[in-house]
Amino acid sequence: MKLLTHNMLTSHVKGVTKGYPLLIKATEVKVNEVEFNPEFVSRMIPKLEWSALVQAAEGLGHLHELPAELTPDYEKNEEFLKKAHRVLLEVEVIEGCLQCPESGREFPISRGIPNMLLNEDEV
Amino acid sequence: MDSSVGNVKAARRSKEEKKLLRKQIKASHTLLRHEGIGTVSQPTKSLVVANGGLGNGVSREQLSAALKEMGEVETLVMPPHKPYAFVTYRSEESAQKAHVHLNGQHMECGENSVTLYLSFVNSVACQAEVCVSLPEGLVLVEDFVSAEEEALLLAAVDWSSTNDDVTAQKALKHRRVKHYGYEFRYDNNNVDKDKPLSAGLPKECMHILERCVRNGHIDIMPDQLTVNQYQSGQGIPPHVDTHSAFEDTILSLSLGAKAVMEFRHPDGRVVPVVLPERSLLVMKGESRYLWSHGITPRKFDMVPACDPQSPAVITSDLSYNSSLTLNKRGTRTSLTFRKIRHAPCCCAFPSACDSQGAPSAPLPSPPSPPSLPRCHADAARLEEEYVHRVYDAIASHFSSTRHSPWPRVCHFLSSLPPGSVLADVGCGNGKYLGINPKVIAVGCDRSSALVQICAERGYQAFVSDALSVPLRTATCDACISIAVIHHFSTQVRRLAAVRELVRLLKPGGRALIYVWALEQEYNQQKSKYLKDYDKEHAENHHIPTDSALEDIKEAGNHSCLGHVSEGNQVPDGKLSVHINRTAFNAQDLLVPWHLKEGKGKKGEKEAGEDGKKSKRKGRSKKTSDNFSSSNPNSCAKFTAGLDSDRATASDPDPVSNLDSEPKSSPGLDSEPASGSNLDVSDTAPRSDSRSTACLAPDTVQDFSSGPQSEPESSPAAVFHRYYHVFQQGELEQLCGQVSGVKVQSSYHDQGNWCVMLEKD
Repeated sequence: MKLLTHNMLTSHVKGVTKGYPLLIKATEVKVNEVEFNPEFVSRMIPKLEWSALVQAAEGLGHLHELPAELTPDYEKNEEFLKKAHRVLLEVEVIEGCLQCPESGREFPISRGIPNMLLNEDEV
Repeated sequence: MDSSVGNVKAARRSKEEKKLLRKQIKASHTLLRHEGIGTVSQPTKSLVVANGGLGNGVSREQLSAALKEMGEVETLVMPPHKPYAFVTYRSEESAQKAHVHLNGQHMECGENSVTLYLSFVNSVACQAEVCVSLPEGLVLVEDFVSAEEEALLLAAVDWSSTNDDVTAQKALKHRRVKHYGYEFRYDNNNVDKDKPLSAGLPKECMHILERCVRNGHIDIMPDQLTVNQYQSGQGIPPHVDTHSAFEDTILSLSLGAKAVMEFRHPDGRVVPVVLPERSLLVMKGESRYLWSHGITPRKFDMVPACDPQSPAVITSDLSYNSSLTLNKRGTRTSLTFRKIRHAPCCCAFPSACDSQGAPSAPLPSPPSPPSLPRCHADAARLEEEYVHRVYDAIASHFSSTRHSPWPRVCHFLSSLPPGSVLADVGCGNGKYLGINPKVIAVGCDRSSALVQICAERGYQAFVSDALSVPLRTATCDACISIAVIHHFSTQVRRLAAVRELVRLLKPGGRALIYVWALEQEYNQQKSKYLKDYDKEHAENHHIPTDSALEDIKEAGNHSCLGHVSEGNQVPDGKLSVHINRTAFNAQDLLVPWHLKEGKGKKGEKEAGEDGKKSKRKGRSKKTSDNFSSSNPNSCAKFTAGLDSDRATASDPDPVSNLDSEPKSSPGLDSEPASGSNLDVSDTAPRSDSRSTACLAPDTVQDFSSGPQSEPESSPAAVFHRYYHVFQQGELEQLCGQVSGVKVQSSYHDQGNWCVMLEKD
């Protein structure tokens, strides 16, 4: 699971109103090199919850100097985009779990795949 | 994209609407063709009312009321489980009036709304009205007790105390029970004959029992009473009362509300019997010793209508299907009176007799295909077994046949602006996640095995259910749901799936939905799915496929299926099993997937993406991905010829269409690890242990390896996936029920119905 995906995921347990962002509890994190495409990254940024991304990266110890606030004119700031690229696309959680901030429900991540299935009584 | 089929809710009488109506009428004709019922254009007294059937949740009372407004109704025939009904008016004028006024009208039934389409028919086919007689030895006495006696008896049973020892009250999973005289123990299905309960039978029962003796229903006074109380939706699994525990005759008094009890013979016969309130059921002889009886947990029963126009009917025999309606179950209390047996049973049915060596557990009911679900829990169970588990089991074989994306889906994906957020809900092996590299794509699927394949391809995907997608609301620029929603087994769930998709969209965001179509022939064109059968049929002389199909059919007929849909009614509403590459006979069915055991280590081409798959780690015998070898039966040849086909074919994905084109939302939640690496050889035995296996011959031979055939080919395992195939207009109608979204366009694409939605 890349942090980009984490940024989109939310807890969907029945009754939960504040299920976002999910807390990451990682036991294995990898950083895989991915080809840098500044255009792609800069298009991605407005789609994100920036603070959730920063929080997630920090929690994993992979902040890579990403600023807490979005840099103005980031489209032109290649250095910034590279950092964002790294955090969004290169850092991957391989093993661990995602925890719902409200209910505490944990969703396992195994072999890089979050399993977000709910039990019958949670739907 | 076609925009010809618009929103169902468009203004009446607009050109668009007329066109739509024509199309939808045509669709209902198609349905009727599949059902073998011919319609006529000139007016007659009789009409078929498409969508106005019990199978669509329309009750007899409701439909009848609407029809009677148009004139005097002579008969109304509502075949069980079917989405249509037949009405015959006294006069042709009334029928014409109904045709004019009711055609295209909506009818609200519960949470759903259906659109009625009417066409004239020459005669009303009361198909399959074979009289099934009651099981030997079974007698039903209606109105055995008066309403006063009923009230008295119900009052005599005190449920207020919990688990008291005097009457051994228990709250079982699906009902509550109380025992008098002796406790019936569910652990050993017997009674402690030496330990009578301190409370004997309630005195209120005595004169009723005396009446039973006096009327000859039983020879000797019973000394044990079990009271069962069923709330609506509850039931009791099929069972035979333990022979060694009780004497021959068993009396069961039904109080409170009626229910349908199903009697099953070991040979597969099923006889549903309506037990009206205040009736007495007497089970003797074969019906007591050999037939199992049970009550399916559900909230509605199909029961004969109390319609004065069909008087002769049907004390209890549901096979007279002409005047059925839906009955909402209320709380039913049954009093079962039995006589404790003190000597071993020496009945004439040793196969079911624990005194004569048969296992004492309740007889398992003969294996049979599932019924169409009637409630949410049923539906979830059906999908679990006939969708999720199957996809996990067939994931790698399935994935190996799903490599060519469909052109029109690709077109949609390519049209998305760079940087769009795309969710593929039911992404299967991820074949659409990489089509447009400029979008931010994330996929999810119910099958962890399939999601694992996505991950190995480097796509972002997670495991989730399409009814509850863990993505934030209004964050997606686009969503696709390709061959997913047809796996939901009730309309409510299909609707919920569309709603969930729409929830994900931003305002202005678009969703593309594909479902499999009932109409595999459209505009005089057969879909690839059908054509490949013809092709195969013509090309192969030594012919395997055919005989394979025959085998399936035959085995189906002789095994538990009892029935391969021929358009007539399936006993007990069981789902019929589709014959691959033929037209559909029903909208709800099981589609076989032939999973071949064995390998094709032939070094044949690992074309396209499949080449990648062999690199998948953890797959021990990976060559099974290989096209020709991995596709058993009919599959093999098409897939082998695939690449050449594809270059020119307009067809989106021949292989995908093969067994349908799902790629969808399955997946048992368990075993994410092993599931993904399932070796086909593992899956075959596994299938045996599941009830899916009993549905079909798991010994269908791989006849069809064709030119690249494999002499060592081994038997195929057959899995069955549940499908609801959509008829024309149905998908638009479904989407029309979701507020805040418009059907932008809809079209037919190689045997699929497709809509494009746009969120307001």
